[in-house]
Amino acid sequence: MTTTADPALSLAHGEVRLRGVRKVFGARDTKVTVLQDMDLDVAPGEFLAVVGGSGCGKSTLLSLVAGLTEPTSGTVEVGGKVSLMFQEATLLPWLTAAKNVELALHLQGVGKPERRDRARHLLGRVRLGRYADKRPHELSGGMRQRVALARVIAQDAAVVCMDEPLGALDALTRDQMHDLVEDVWLESRFTVLFVTHNVREAVRLADRAILMGGRPGRVIHEQPNAMPRPRVMDSPSVATRAGALTQSLKEEVSSHDQSDYFVI
Amino acid sequence: MTSPTTSSSERPGRSLEPIDAPEPSAKRHRDLLRTFGAPVIAVVIFVTAWQVLVASGWRPDYLLPGPAAVFERLGAIFVDPEFWPALARTLSRAVIGFAVAVVVGTAIGLAAAGSKLLRASIGSLITGLQTMPSVVWFPLAILLLGLGEQAIAMVVVLGAAPSIANGVLSGVDQLPPAYFRLGRVLGARGTRLYRHIVIPGALPAYVAGLNQGWAFAWRSLMAGELLVVIPGASGLGNRLAFSQEFGDATGLLAHMIVILVIGMIVDRLFSAWSLGIRRARGLAADR
Repeated sequence: MTTTADPALSLAHGEVRLRGVRKVFGARDTKVTVLQDMDLDVAPGEFLAVVGGSGCGKSTLLSLVAGLTEPTSGTVEVGGKVSLMFQEATLLPWLTAAKNVELALHLQGVGKPERRDRARHLLGRVRLGRYADKRPHELSGGMRQRVALARVIAQDAAVVCMDEPLGALDALTRDQMHDLVEDVWLESRFTVLFVTHNVREAVRLADRAILMGGRPGRVIHEQPNAMPRPRVMDSPSVATRAGALTQSLKEEVSSHDQSDYFVI
Repeated sequence: MTSPTTSSSERPGRSLEPIDAPEPSAKRHRDLLRTFGAPVIAVVIFVTAWQVLVASGWRPDYLLPGPAAVFERLGAIFVDPEFWPALARTLSRAVIGFAVAVVVGTAIGLAAAGSKLLRASIGSLITGLQTMPSVVWFPLAILLLGLGEQAIAMVVVLGAAPSIANGVLSGVDQLPPAYFRLGRVLGARGTRLYRHIVIPGALPAYVAGLNQGWAFAWRSLMAGELLVVIPGASGLGNRLAFSQEFGDATGLLAHMIVILVIGMIVDRLFSAWSLGIRRARGLAADR
């Protein structure tokens, strides 16, 4: 039941638009509606945080935007190429950091000498220049995510979907990665859909946070955030905003009796 | 949708350099010793047990000679002008048969891995063939191709190819689903997905399959050389058979040692290759 988009409403580069999206998984008897009546507009270059508990359809939302899965009904439109970053860096273990980045360039048809230089340059941008020839197992979790970030930049995508990319990192490394992700985003200006269940992280990074409720997943709350950057994770202003979001989350929790929210 | 900003790297007191870089690990130099030293220990245990058996007087000397006599005979074999051509013939049969098996097994494995229908239909057949002793093929091979090189080659290939195909299949089956997702995100489809992600990802299991395939090829070849005698073109297996026919127990055991050592050397080479691959990927155990 996917309806075709009205060609008159063409999208800008980096724009994301969802209209009446419904996503159902499973066969007849075991059908689960993961997303229902999902409308979403993301502006070009916007950093959008998607906050919600497990099973609220956050990851499904990203898969839809990335084109890894099709909506059951409704439309998903994206202006330009989409790249994805996962919680695990999924670097190929037989390739060095540089070769992992080069592969993304190679698959876009970039010639050999050029992709070599560009991969080195990109690793420099994520401060891994000295580790270009290391293999993934010789790097820490945070460093692997840096390589994944360099690979994302290499793909030159209009929209980058990040599925809890920093969820497995320790607090210090995570703080530092916030700076780095923000830095890269400010320079490249791709649109970001950043899934997290850490409310403070959402306030730290995003121009806007949407709160998703589960069963079925839909947007239940929105919080624009025009606080000046850079923001500090532990500052009172971030804490206040995070508190407001947390309150909304708690209301959602009590109405659905979900207990797996990560409220910090 | 943008807020007033400065690039965080320009801010004083902040560094984006990684703070969680792992300590460099100490290099290990025991690899050579472990790869080639372990078989030496095995040989020592084997020779000792053999000597004990001989000393027990279970069988007379002319039927079960001791290690000293057999090693002395080995020295004599190495200067026998007929030994080296026989060794060369056996090795070339093994290498050619194995090479054909690699091509056939890899092609079948890749084809089966790439298609669900083929995977379901051929997969169980491959496993079945793998469990079947390859000697079973000999009567048919001799019937079809006559008592000659081709019959031996056919059985060597049939012995080795299923293991190699199975190595490809298990390598592809063991690939984490995340690799396929990554392939889609990076835009690698079809042959490019195979070239950049599936084949290198399946390499460790493939090498294990090659190793096992070699072991089966070597066994099949020895069985073949015991059964198929080609006049003027005898190999190690034939010399083994002659030794038995002439009641030359010392020569028999000496040739068995040659066959054992060749098998072990090749196995060690495969192990070293496999260890190198796993170490490069951080999959090898530290100790």
